[in-house]
Amino acid sequence: MNPTLASIALAGPETVLTAGSLTALMLGTFGGGDKALRWLTFVAVTIVAIAGLTLIDDPVGRTLAFDGLYVTDAYSSFLKVLILAASAASMLLALPYLAGAKTGRFEYPVLLLLATLGMCIMVSANDLLTLYVGLELQSLAAYVLAAFHRGEARSSEAGLKYFVLGALASGILLYGVTLVYGFAGSTEFDSIHRLLAGPGPRSLGILFGLVFILAGLAFKISAVPFHMWTPDVYEGAPTPVAAFFSAAPKAAALGLTVRVLVGAFGPMQFDWQQIVLFLSVASMGLGAVAAIGQTNIKRLLAYSSIANIGFALVGLAAGTPQGIEALLFYLAVYLAMTLGSFLVVLQLRREDGSAVELMSDLAGLSRVRPGLAAALAVFMFSIAGIPPLLGFWPKFAVFQAAIAAGLVPLAIIGFVTSVIAAFYYLRVVKIMYFDDPGVAVASTRDPINGGLILVAATFCSPLGMLTITPIVAAAGRAAAALFG
Amino acid sequence: MIGLSHYLAVSAALFVLGVLGIFLNRKNIIIILMSIELILLAVNINFIAFSSFLHQVHGQIFAMFVLTVAAGEAAIGLAILVIYFRNRGTIAVDEADMLKG
Repeated sequence: MNPTLASIALAGPETVLTAGSLTALMLGTFGGGDKALRWLTFVAVTIVAIAGLTLIDDPVGRTLAFDGLYVTDAYSSFLKVLILAASAASMLLALPYLAGAKTGRFEYPVLLLLATLGMCIMVSANDLLTLYVGLELQSLAAYVLAAFHRGEARSSEAGLKYFVLGALASGILLYGVTLVYGFAGSTEFDSIHRLLAGPGPRSLGILFGLVFILAGLAFKISAVPFHMWTPDVYEGAPTPVAAFFSAAPKAAALGLTVRVLVGAFGPMQFDWQQIVLFLSVASMGLGAVAAIGQTNIKRLLAYSSIANIGFALVGLAAGTPQGIEALLFYLAVYLAMTLGSFLVVLQLRREDGSAVELMSDLAGLSRVRPGLAAALAVFMFSIAGIPPLLGFWPKFAVFQAAIAAGLVPLAIIGFVTSVIAAFYYLRVVKIMYFDDPGVAVASTRDPINGGLILVAATFCSPLGMLTITPIVAAAGRAAAALFG
Repeated sequence: MIGLSHYLAVSAALFVLGVLGIFLNRKNIIIILMSIELILLAVNINFIAFSSFLHQVHGQIFAMFVLTVAAGEAAIGLAILVIYFRNRGTIAVDEADMLKG
């Protein structure tokens, strides 16, 4: 077969998403405009599902396409399943919200499809060029999504802040890419790996490039000290968009970071391990401490996502196949927990129809909607890492990997910060169950969202332990593919 | 004779100017957009210089991609700036302070 056609066939999800997003845009434009939002969302979910189906017949083992620009292996397939599932959930959870808001525009599922395409390219990148194009496609769609409530000052300010800081991060990342290109003579991950593994002294230029690239990527995963944008953007952006930001892009950017560090810069592990250690400790610490004073639920969840990225980075800091396996397991469970929490928040409305954003608004929720309160309690206990719930096991796995790699102090710091963080998660539960009802809370009863909450809550409950074995087996295969 | 290091020095200076332009500027968001362009141009100078030094075409192809993406980025940035101005009536950096906690 023609090599280009063979490459296109290998890049199944990307091909489907490219054709699908452009078709969806045309359907929306010529098929009724904003009235088309509801059925266009279902079309978009179908496109994402088809993209997921193309993953099934991926070849076993590592296959390069497009002259080494693109790679498919068990690692990229694992992350793509997570990304596609989280994106489809983000499309569905926005439906009642967008129908109630004045900005129920049909571009929402189209932009999500484009962002999903960018994320799939990111986790399949095998060249710094592919990395950059995928990252930018995802970011450009995300900037627009943050400012989606275009008539509202807070949303447009969130979009502006995200854009400025995101463009700066891309610039810093690109500067690192130029240095690596210049001193390694190639942008392909395999060539960089071969050069670094070879004999001879390493150029200082490559080390500088690595630091710049890591700084840019740390911004995308919102690791401290590059986290400043996260609380502001989550608070200002529409709630379904904040839910999307906290899930799929985090998985894609973290997956990309792991592939760059292990795949391209594997021989420099001693150098990047120090940086990842710092990012991890700083994120866990700040995420735990700064969230205590928050009164806004979206800001609280933003700091929670920063802390969770810190925990996932513990697995990367270990730098072993066991650590990466734990990181992937952590990501899978984290996506369900964060999407579930945002789903519950999205269901709540004040009586005047405005969205619930303050934690005090949750007071007495257990009496008005016991089901929702119980689901949110499950998510909070799970994120806090209380043992019988599913959230405990990935935390246990990353700490175990850190100890096995000889990073005992890191595991101890992680343990202490997760105890501190448990305070504010449990405070949410206390407000729901023991505080006197303040503002009356009405809630929408959307069957699709109700189903999503039920699935996520069951997954995070002790019943979810039944899924640990298959997930860990898949994560193990993915990590093994990465280390080759 | 102008060598590789001269180009790298110019590019590094432009990059630092761009980053400082974002952080030190307290007046106008348009200036921030200009600083972002400055950073991307510094990156392009680096790519072209390395590409010529290594006798490879890869760096120049990458520079083309950067130029294209930068154009899209500027378009989206200006579009967001326009809706921000419509809502707030100002584009002063100091007044972008509604989100805080």
